[in-house]
Amino acid sequence: MTNTEIKDFIANAIEENPVMLFMKGTPHQPACGFSARTSGALNALGVKYAALDILPDPRIREELSGLSGWPTIPQLFVGGELVGGCDIVMEMFESGELAEKLGVEQPDEEDVPPAPEPAQQQQAPIGLENRLN
Amino acid sequence: MPSATELKERIEAALPGADVDVEDLTGGGDHFRAEIVSDRFDGLSRIQQHKLVYDVFGSEVGGPIHALSIKTSTPDGGAP
Repeated sequence: MTNTEIKDFIANAIEENPVMLFMKGTPHQPACGFSARTSGALNALGVKYAALDILPDPRIREELSGLSGWPTIPQLFVGGELVGGCDIVMEMFESGELAEKLGVEQPDEEDVPPAPEPAQQQQAPIGLENRLN
Repeated sequence: MPSATELKERIEAALPGADVDVEDLTGGGDHFRAEIVSDRFDGLSRIQQHKLVYDVFGSEVGGPIHALSIKTSTPDGGAP
């Protein structure tokens, strides 16, 4: 897979998925605390989202950051726009802005899992790694 | 290896007048948290505010600086 193909794949993923999360690991097995917190917030809101693990190929992260101008992972896109990384997503989650942006109800505080829990509602992770062979 | 003090000084140099607090989260010189109060953030979205801070370090973020957690606000209070 060439860098251009990776870039196109990322651009398509952002365009085609209303809620698109680029992360380290998967929602079921996050490989970094920041990615775990971010996917945990989406899980707590019960929103459907697509997730892409950036770890299988370092070029995924390079091309993603080139596109978004954002240096770190995770990165959350809603409606094709970069919302932010872990800090911004968690701030917006806690204030209720994220629920508003996603058009869902803010969960009661006791419903919010303290730690990331296995996701149940999101779509299957996009298997970019399968295309890299 | 960057230190919390070095990060603080570089942010202050890039955003004159900013009130900057940087903490080395692990003591290992690669996971930091920065809280920055600056009137330069006035009128900017959170994304733009955080990008201003990331821009100070360029490709070092994700490299030697493995993680830089950022909290920004303006002297008047609240982020947008």
